[in-house]
Amino acid sequence: MALTQDEVLAGIRDIVVEVAGIDGAQVAMDKKFADDLEVDSLSMVEVIVAAEEKFSVKIPDDEVTKMATVADAVNFIVAHS
Amino acid sequence: MSNSRTRVVVTGLGATTPLGGDVPSTWEALLAGKSGARLLPEGMLTSVNVKFAATIAVEPAEVMKPVEIRRLDRSEQFAMIAAREAWADAGSPEVDKERLGVVIASGIGGVTTMLEQYDILREKGARLVSPHTVPMLMPNGPAANVGLEFKAQAGVHTPVSACASGAEAIGYAMEMIRLGRADIVIAGGVEAAVHELPMAGFAAMKALSTRNDDPAKASRPYDKDRDGFVLGEGGGVLVLESLEHAQARGATIYCELAGQGLTSDGYHIAAPDPSGSGVTRAVKFALRDSGVDLSEVVHLNAHATSTPAGDVAEAHALTAALGEHMSHVAVSATKSMTGHLLGGAGAIESVFVVLALKHRLAPPTINIENLDEAVKVDVVRDVPRPLPSGPIAAINDSFGFGGHNVVLIFKSYE
Repeated sequence: MALTQDEVLAGIRDIVVEVAGIDGAQVAMDKKFADDLEVDSLSMVEVIVAAEEKFSVKIPDDEVTKMATVADAVNFIVAHS
Repeated sequence: MSNSRTRVVVTGLGATTPLGGDVPSTWEALLAGKSGARLLPEGMLTSVNVKFAATIAVEPAEVMKPVEIRRLDRSEQFAMIAAREAWADAGSPEVDKERLGVVIASGIGGVTTMLEQYDILREKGARLVSPHTVPMLMPNGPAANVGLEFKAQAGVHTPVSACASGAEAIGYAMEMIRLGRADIVIAGGVEAAVHELPMAGFAAMKALSTRNDDPAKASRPYDKDRDGFVLGEGGGVLVLESLEHAQARGATIYCELAGQGLTSDGYHIAAPDPSGSGVTRAVKFALRDSGVDLSEVVHLNAHATSTPAGDVAEAHALTAALGEHMSHVAVSATKSMTGHLLGGAGAIESVFVVLALKHRLAPPTINIENLDEAVKVDVVRDVPRPLPSGPIAAINDSFGFGGHNVVLIFKSYE
């Protein structure tokens, strides 16, 4: 069953709050993981592994390197869920 | 020699220990003769015959952000807490980052991270192993994280010499300043090894006290019935600075770090050399390096871990080094209260020596019910002892498995 963009964003928000310890209100579609959300390359691995578990999707490594913003991740997961 | 050399002073202190979450609370508990040893939670130690340790008084989670707890090994958390306190105590100075160094030691490194991630690997597979595993388990992790926190660029270093590591770090930091590599260095040592595996290893060596029925009485250096050390956790950090730099910024100066002596036994991987010659030589080297007159040495914070062999060997070696003057030195064995912080020991004990010089008060040694007759040094027992006025100096000695001997000499600054 396909997930909505809002459902995935809410899930990503929970993961980023857990991994990066920032305020959830900051996690919006246009935010960049590294520059805006304190998710560095190591923590991005944690975000991806958690997202794969949460949404039952497989996110290939070459897709991860393209995911600069929250929208990049949310759109990939919506398209592949 | 020492007249023409860069002088190094102490301008900040930080700590998190089994006695308190910072320097003031730790010092207060130390003077009051409190023990930091306590029973570990049921189930943490399944088959080890030791059921207690001197665990930290204030959990890092109470004073750090959750994300820091997640990304830092417990030893790194201790280093950050102690370094932040020390830096604030030094006045949070604005400094040239290229002239700022960090030397923070650990004896074992991120051993709890390694073991926890190994459990995850075995139970859930490699995909769920944390990407922070390596930066958390590497022994230079505490120094590296403190270096990042303060943007230090003069060099970040981690000497590793088991239970002498913390003292060696402080000596290394002093040399960085003497050599002109840095103006100010954050230096210390930490350890976070209260886990079943390292405890099983120490227990297998018969190194740990098994006084499970009375943990607070277990660490008893110099007592006839001592039966091993009590594992402690935590750490201590000092801000060291060239005298010139400290004066230029109007820093409050605790005391001078006057010199160090380093030797190795070449005797046995774990047992102390009964002749104590490595220790004796290290003390003599430190005295020579410091330029301190023997008559000024009034206090010594001993390594004294409460093992049957080590305490007596050390006491003999100190007497051999200082001769008749040893009877005028007030000896404190603070591991009776803090337990043995391994790589953090030399650092936290240096913090105590600095405070002893500042407050002119030698902390007590607790739990001596029957002094071992083989111990001929003047032990400060049960209550603190005042130290004389005027210029005074104090020694901190630390030894580590591998035969490492490190002796630091601090002296009052007028």
